[in-house]
Amino acid sequence: MTGSQETVFLQGHIIDSLILAKVLDTILMMGGTFDLQDVKIGATRDAASQARIVVRAPSSRLLAEILRAVQPHGAAIEREGDCRFEPAPAAGVFPEEFYATTHLPTQIRLDGEWVEVEGMEMDLGICVDPAKARARTVPMGAVTAGELIVTGRDGIRVTPLARPTERDVFGFMESVVSSERPHQPVIADIARRMQKLREWHQQGHAGAKVLLAGGPAIVHAGGRDALAWLIEAGYIQLLFCGNALAAHDMEAGLYGTSLGYGLAAGRSVPHGHEHHLRTINRIRAIGSIQEAVRSGVVTDGIMAACVRREVKMVMAGTIRDDGPLPGVITDSMEAQQAMRAEIHGVGLALLVASTLHAIATGNLLPATIPTVCVDVNPAVPTKLADRGSFQAVGLVMDAASFLTELARELGWRP
Amino acid sequence: MSRLLVCPPDYFQIDYEINPWMRRTNAVDPARAVGQWHALMDVLVHDVGAGIEEIRPVQGLPDMVFTANAGVVVGRRALVSRFRYPERQREEVYFERWFREQGYEVLTLDKSLYFEGAGDLLGFSDTWFGGYRQRSDIRAFPRLGEIFQREIIPLELIDSRFYHLDTCFCPLSGGELLYFPAAFDSYGQAAIAQRIPEARGLVVPEEEALRFACNAVCVGKHVVIPAGCPRTTQRLEARGYRTYAVQLDEFMKSGGAAKCLTLALD
Repeated sequence: MTGSQETVFLQGHIIDSLILAKVLDTILMMGGTFDLQDVKIGATRDAASQARIVVRAPSSRLLAEILRAVQPHGAAIEREGDCRFEPAPAAGVFPEEFYATTHLPTQIRLDGEWVEVEGMEMDLGICVDPAKARARTVPMGAVTAGELIVTGRDGIRVTPLARPTERDVFGFMESVVSSERPHQPVIADIARRMQKLREWHQQGHAGAKVLLAGGPAIVHAGGRDALAWLIEAGYIQLLFCGNALAAHDMEAGLYGTSLGYGLAAGRSVPHGHEHHLRTINRIRAIGSIQEAVRSGVVTDGIMAACVRREVKMVMAGTIRDDGPLPGVITDSMEAQQAMRAEIHGVGLALLVASTLHAIATGNLLPATIPTVCVDVNPAVPTKLADRGSFQAVGLVMDAASFLTELARELGWRP
Repeated sequence: MSRLLVCPPDYFQIDYEINPWMRRTNAVDPARAVGQWHALMDVLVHDVGAGIEEIRPVQGLPDMVFTANAGVVVGRRALVSRFRYPERQREEVYFERWFREQGYEVLTLDKSLYFEGAGDLLGFSDTWFGGYRQRSDIRAFPRLGEIFQREIIPLELIDSRFYHLDTCFCPLSGGELLYFPAAFDSYGQAAIAQRIPEARGLVVPEEEALRFACNAVCVGKHVVIPAGCPRTTQRLEARGYRTYAVQLDEFMKSGGAAKCLTLALD
C-alpha cells in the first residue's frame, strides 16, 4: 500500500524566507513524507524560486490535514485529471496509445479517486473496471477485445520505492554490480533475511516465500548438495527452472554425472553424454518427477528435496530441450502465466546462474521485492540492476560457491 | 520631501470587531480622536517636514482613517489593496478612485488574493518583507515581487494582536529594524536575522510592542512614535534619530497608531 499523495506547488522567495523549509518540516512533523521535484532557484535576488512537492501520508485523512496545514504558507495543490482509457480493439491487442507499466507501485485516477493497480509487473497494460473502481495489470497476449485499457500518461502515478528500513545489503538501495565486491558480508545479509523469512513463513505470514530461479550450472558447478539442503531445511518455497536443471540434478542422482562429467572425479565418463537422456527417458517412463521421488527412483538432490518439502516448481521449456521432462511447460506464454501465478507472496528472489530464467523472473517481480542475482557473467546482474530496482543485489560469482556459502551461513555442515 | 496620504477621522469609530483590539463596547471619544489626529499631522508637517495629501473620509467606513492599508505606492504606480474582511473591502473603490484622480497608474491583484497594502509590505531599498497569515495571502507576494522587481521575504504573523506587519516591524531609514521578534515564528525570526545583522536589529520590549512602538513613522532621521514607549524612544535616540511621541490611544482602540494612519506616497 502506497498511502495517499498529492502534489503541491510553492513559489516566491521561498528559500531565504525559509518558507520551503517550514513547509517541508511541517509535512514531516505531521507524519507525512515528501519528494522535492522541479526545484528552481531564482538566479538573482529579485528572481523568485519555485518547488513542486509530492506530499505523501499513510492515510487520506492525514494527507488532508497536512495539506490544510501547508496551504496558508502558499503551497497550492495541483489537481491532476483522471486517467484516460480505451477499449482493446481486438483480443491480444492493446489500443495504440496504451500505457506500458513499470515494476513500481502504480495508481491511476478514476473519477477523482486514486486507485491502486493490482498485480504490478513491468511491461504490461492496465485494465480498468470503472464501475468497481478497480484496476489490474494485463499482459498484451491476455487482453480480450473491448477490455478498457489505460492510455496516455495523465492520471497515472508511479511511486518510487521508499528507503527500506532494514539496514542490510538491500537497505542501501544500490544496484552496484561488481566482481571486486567482497561477497561474504552480502551473503551473510541474505542468510539473515532468509532466516527471518523462514520464521515468518512458518508462522503463516503472507509475503514470506523465498523464490529460487536457477540454471543447470548449479549442478555442473557443484552447488547441488547445498541447494538441496536449503530446500530440505525449509529456506526455499518456490523453484523456477527449466528442463536442464531438473534433468542434470536427477542425472547426478542416478549416474553421478552432470552432462556426462563425473561430479566426484571431475572428468568425463564413457558414454556420459547419454546420461541426461537416459534420465529424462526414465522419468518419462515413470510419468512424473513426483512419482520418481515417491517410488524411490530419485532419492537425493534438488528435485527430491522439492518433492519431499512440497516446494512448488514451475519448469519452463526452451527450444533446445531434450525430452522434455514431464511437467515442463513448453508453451512459453503458458509458462510465463504459470510463473506469474506463483509470484504472489514472494518476499525474496534468488536468481542463480541462468540468464533466461533470471531475466524472465526479474520482469515478473514488482520492484518492492528484494532480489539477488548471481552469475559469473556480469552482464546478467547488470541487466537486472538496470531495471532500476532499488532492492536488487548483483553478485558476480559462481553458483556453487554462492549456494555453498549461503547454506553454510545458515548452518549446513556437509 | 516625503509625501503621506492621510484620511481625517471624521467617521472614525468602532462599528465592528475584526482584530483583538477592537471592542464595540470600548467606544471612541470622537473629539479626542480628532485632537490626536491633528496633533499627529502637526508633528508630521511641522517637525518632520512631510507633505500631506488628504483623501476625503466616507461615512460608514470608520477604518478608512488607516490609509496604510490603501495599497502600495512605488513611483507613479499604485497597487490597490484587496481587504480580507468585507467590512473594509468597501474602502477599496474610494482609494482606487483617489489614486486614479491623482494620476497614478493603478494596479490590482487577482480578486482571490487578499493583500492589505503597506500594512503588510515594508522594507528597505532592496529587500522587502511581507506579513502573511493574518490579513494578507502569502501568494500575493510572488506577484508583487514581479510587479515591483523586488525580493519579498514573506514572514508569518503568529500573534493575532500583531495582525499587520506594521504593528511589529518597522524598517528605519538608516538600515536598522525596529521589531518585536515574538510576533514571528522561528523561521521568520531566522529569515530576519539572515538579512538584518544583529547590530542593526532594535528589539522592542513586549509592553511597548503592545503600545504600538513599532507602528512608527520614519522620515529621514525623524521617527514619530506613539506615546508611552520610553525604552524604544531611548534606543532610537541613541542611534541618532530624533523622536516625537504622540498620544494615539483613541486609534489603538481599533488596533492602529502612527504608521497605520499614513501611507508613504514616495
